[in-house]
Amino acid sequence: MNIIEITHLHKTYNESEVKVHAVNGVNLNFEAGEFAAIVGPSGSGKTTLLNLLGGLDSPNDGKILIDKTDLSELKSSDLIKFRMKNIGFVFQSYNLIPVLTAQENVEFIMHLQNRSKQEREERSMELLRAVGLDGRENSRPNKLSGGQQQRVAVARALASKPKFVLADEPTANLDSKSTEQLLSIMEELNRKENITFIFSTHDQRVVNKARRVITLEDGKVISDERKR
Amino acid sequence: MITAVAWRNIWRSPLRSGIIIAAISVGMSAGMFTTTFTKGWMNQRLEVGVETEASHIRIQQPAFGENYDLKEYIPNSNLLTKEIAKTKNVNGVSPRLVIQSMIASAETGTGVKIIGIDPDKEKTVTNLYTKLSEGKYFEGVKRNPILIGAKLAKKLKVKMHSKVVITVQDASGNITGGAFRICGIYDITSGIYEGLNVFVRSSDLARLAGLKKNVSHEILVHLVNPEELDRETLLLKASYKNLKVENWKESMPELGYINEIGNLYTYIFVIIILLALGFGIVNTMMMVILERVKELGMLMAIGMSKARIFNMLMLETVMLTFTGGFTGILIGLGATYATMEKGIDLSNYAQGFEELGYSPHVYPVVEVKTLIVIVILVIITGIVASIYPARKALQYNPAEALRTE
Repeated sequence: MNIIEITHLHKTYNESEVKVHAVNGVNLNFEAGEFAAIVGPSGSGKTTLLNLLGGLDSPNDGKILIDKTDLSELKSSDLIKFRMKNIGFVFQSYNLIPVLTAQENVEFIMHLQNRSKQEREERSMELLRAVGLDGRENSRPNKLSGGQQQRVAVARALASKPKFVLADEPTANLDSKSTEQLLSIMEELNRKENITFIFSTHDQRVVNKARRVITLEDGKVISDERKR
Repeated sequence: MITAVAWRNIWRSPLRSGIIIAAISVGMSAGMFTTTFTKGWMNQRLEVGVETEASHIRIQQPAFGENYDLKEYIPNSNLLTKEIAKTKNVNGVSPRLVIQSMIASAETGTGVKIIGIDPDKEKTVTNLYTKLSEGKYFEGVKRNPILIGAKLAKKLKVKMHSKVVITVQDASGNITGGAFRICGIYDITSGIYEGLNVFVRSSDLARLAGLKKNVSHEILVHLVNPEELDRETLLLKASYKNLKVENWKESMPELGYINEIGNLYTYIFVIIILLALGFGIVNTMMMVILERVKELGMLMAIGMSKARIFNMLMLETVMLTFTGGFTGILIGLGATYATMEKGIDLSNYAQGFEELGYSPHVYPVVEVKTLIVIVILVIITGIVASIYPARKALQYNPAEALRTE
């Protein structure tokens, strides 16, 4: 069953009076539990597509349906709530809140959802254990390595039990060992908990792990391969 | 949690936050201390004006105040004095004779206002008897004792027990004179008042001026509770419609303005300080926001509403302002408490103030009402200064903010 349906999606930027078609007529569907990588050269539209999928930007044309909800029909305030409930984000440069500990970073989104303190604490510790960071819950981001910070970011993305996680170049700043660890954790979460992960990446190690690889060029899907 | 995040965000850059907090503290402590200093100064002038010079309420014949006409007296003033003294909330009543005259020493002479008083009754309406720098209050001189001001003593080149001659026009219109001996010299740090007012016993003055014993030109009334001034004035006005009843705000309006002008001056001063600090705060917060655009984008992306981001940034600004503001207020209060006992002596720098009735030795005072106003001004500054940076932060959309490096 499709949880994401993208139809005829277009996004154009005006850069120095030149129109750039960052996303140019993309049609894609994603099913629950997918582990998909969007690849392509720089400027091919990977990040723009992810931003549109996450409701961080709005398309010029086309539709994105998430669980039958049309993102373009949501009001700004409803879109924020929708994102918080349904979409997890992992960013290239981790983007943790530097003044909060690892556990508080994971708890933060649950605080925004007005969850109880007990629930927040239990869920955040459960997620930190899942990403192999129990014992580091009281460390602030500046006391954690890049790989550890990205694992906290993954835990944070999963805190609100989203329908899918969008990860924009999650391994770009990581060494091989950290990349390996992070991919294993995400793969395990994907298999065990059926969480959908969609990456944009240049990293061949991510591509190797992905079960579906979508290649973009000039804003268009030029291939969509599913591995067995 | 948002509050904790806001507080911790302030300390992300301890140097920058420390500098702005220190600037706010220094500004506010200066503002606070200037306020208590000015208040003390004004209160001292007010205290001298009301408690030594004018008392609370003055009753005269309507025409007396125009030209100090000797014949415009209140007849049977003793009866009136007793009647008013019985009134609730009246602390003391004292009748006075007031005559414009000349006073002369062996060296020189000048025009003065001679005030004839009943020394005991006068103690219940003014505190002149506590202001003697030399001599005793109508003691030590049996015949025709006189109290003169330090300024006048200097002008006439006289000292204790010196003889002075007073020349007046008596009730019959004849010029007459009498010799008085100085029993005391008062010093109220008001050069003008000291130079123009001398005090004698009313019985001595009545005899010299040929006035009946039971008359007076004015009756001073001192209240138990000065807060009831306006009400008591109205009651006395209603009771003695044929007389002119004025409280000190009416008879010495400049004294009444002192407080208002003092308050206004200090509030304007504090507002200017806060305004300048406000721009500094806005500038600091704008820098903070520019540095955190990407983080704000992330917060929007993960589902933090714009209202919550706005509140968080407002909270940061308000906390920053309050930390500096209240530290400054505490430092200002500390400086006030450290100096309020012994006062601050400005006599080397502010000699001219005495001429205007302002003491060069200032005792700062803390007034709760003023303190509350300053605290409210700090709160308003914090909130107003927070609005612009917080609004600015909301102009970004998440994708645009996340692209920022």
